[in-house]
Amino acid sequence: MSAQDAADRARALGKLRLGDVVFRSVTRIAAIMVLALLGGVIVALVIGAMPALQAFGFSFLTTQSWNPVTEQFGALAPIYGTLVTSLIAMVIAVPFGLLIALFLTELCPKWLRRPIGVAVELLAGIPSIIYGIWGLFVLAPFLQVHVQPALISAFGSVPVLSSLFAGPPYGIGVLTAGLILAIMVLPFITSISRDVFEAVPPVLKEAAYGLGCSTWEVMRHVVLPYTRVGVIGGVMLGLGRALGETMAVTFVIGNAHRITASLLAPGTTISASIANEFTEAIGEVYTASLIALGLILFVITLIVLAAARYMLLRIERRIG
Amino acid sequence: MDASLYAARRRRNTVAMAASFIATGIGLAWLALILGVLVWNGLSGLSLAVFTEMTPPPGSDGGLLNAIVGSLIMTVLAIVIGAPIGMLAGTYMAEYGRHDKLTSVVRFINDILLSAPSIVVGLFIYEVMVRPMGNFSGIAGAAALAVIVIPVVVRTTEDMLLLVPDTLREAAASIGLPRSRMITRIAYRAALSGIVTGVLLAVARISGETAPLLFTSLNNQFFSTDLNAPMASLPTVIFQFALSPYEDWQRLAWTGALIITFSVLALSILARTLAATRKTS
Repeated sequence: MSAQDAADRARALGKLRLGDVVFRSVTRIAAIMVLALLGGVIVALVIGAMPALQAFGFSFLTTQSWNPVTEQFGALAPIYGTLVTSLIAMVIAVPFGLLIALFLTELCPKWLRRPIGVAVELLAGIPSIIYGIWGLFVLAPFLQVHVQPALISAFGSVPVLSSLFAGPPYGIGVLTAGLILAIMVLPFITSISRDVFEAVPPVLKEAAYGLGCSTWEVMRHVVLPYTRVGVIGGVMLGLGRALGETMAVTFVIGNAHRITASLLAPGTTISASIANEFTEAIGEVYTASLIALGLILFVITLIVLAAARYMLLRIERRIG
Repeated sequence: MDASLYAARRRRNTVAMAASFIATGIGLAWLALILGVLVWNGLSGLSLAVFTEMTPPPGSDGGLLNAIVGSLIMTVLAIVIGAPIGMLAGTYMAEYGRHDKLTSVVRFINDILLSAPSIVVGLFIYEVMVRPMGNFSGIAGAAALAVIVIPVVVRTTEDMLLLVPDTLREAAASIGLPRSRMITRIAYRAALSGIVTGVLLAVARISGETAPLLFTSLNNQFFSTDLNAPMASLPTVIFQFALSPYEDWQRLAWTGALIITFSVLALSILARTLAATRKTS
């Protein structure tokens, strides 16, 4: 080998080595950008919310008034609305999701399993604005005419429930928003519960069946205890979605900044307030108050989602 | 043998099984109901004019052309910006830093970003782009959508690269291929259909997103391809038209909803078939 060849070879190797280093750094920077994205969102929201936080301080969280004219803003009503609509959604969607997952893993004939599973996942892929427009034009009028009057007359004389179902039937309101959210998060809860149910070792189930347990008893005393952490993780993931959902809620909540005991009354959520008012907000404090609402929402969902992921990681580790 | 106990257990089982049947029935009926109403209301307004005419002022005929074009432009831009970043990050996690602390932190944060509320993304882009630039713009809308694309692509790229057998990597290394070549020539090729699936899923995810566009790209009644000006998009037009009191606007909103839903469903079915062919080949 001549000296010329050796030099060529060294140059080619050097080029390859440089390419390696560059590629590695580029991918690493991209990975760090994902972290920076989360940090950037928090920093941008804190800066944007500053004028409101300075003006109202901690009382922003505990005041109900929302008055663009006097520039008095408090987040209590949207926070309350967000929590109540999500709670309604979970109360309905969790039992339904678990029962559908039970059907898919234990009862469903094999040939039907895939089509239903695909249908559930397609339901999860439908954009939320579709649920919103459907809720506004189909569900709300139906509730107004057929369901809400019945609720009002049925519970009108029951002490506590009468205040929950008080007032005229508007159609739109907290209950309708909760229902739409329930339909939206149902596919998430179903598909995660199905996945964790399917991960239960068959030996455990077979042993229980061998002892003479019924399907329900196997479910209740073997599958559910074994997958508890995963199911709770899936439920919290659904909760995270419900808390931050915007379009489906904005259509049917009515956007009223007040707290009423009645589930039939219009209310508002954090995301609906932002979506409805942000482009019309005049003045620094108004805009900053809406961004502060966004910051609160982001912090709440971060905590819920982090807890959900942590639980799902735990069950993954145990099964895997 | 206690016969009454036995009967009670049987009864409880029957009730639970019936409840599970009914729950599934209601869930599927609901899907059918939503799609049924959507098709019924959307088809009645569907015509060629929808794809060739601009969004009308209330009370006159028109279409959704400017909204469709705006949506397409912003979706393509968002993918062009977001997908490479997501793929590179996923590559680092699966190829270089498989056992890094950084990788597990990024994975955790990425999973959170995956389900973070999209309206917050809109506020973020408003703060970092719209406010400094002084006006709503199509490019801000595309950036907001790109933020949503990144976590989806990161997730699928990492998962798909991890499925590539290590023997392929070792074979490449044994013939002296540098690592970057091994990744781009071997690992990417083996995982190609999976990565494409991820990008398709990301397109499906953003094509219906409304909340991040409301105060980044805003809306535009007219035809515009200027990235520095407000830009119309299907979801924001649906939002505006559906909440309006005008009947012809509401009809167009239903038609737009039908177009979005079927594009999203078609995309996810396409992605699913791609993923399925991968498994069998």
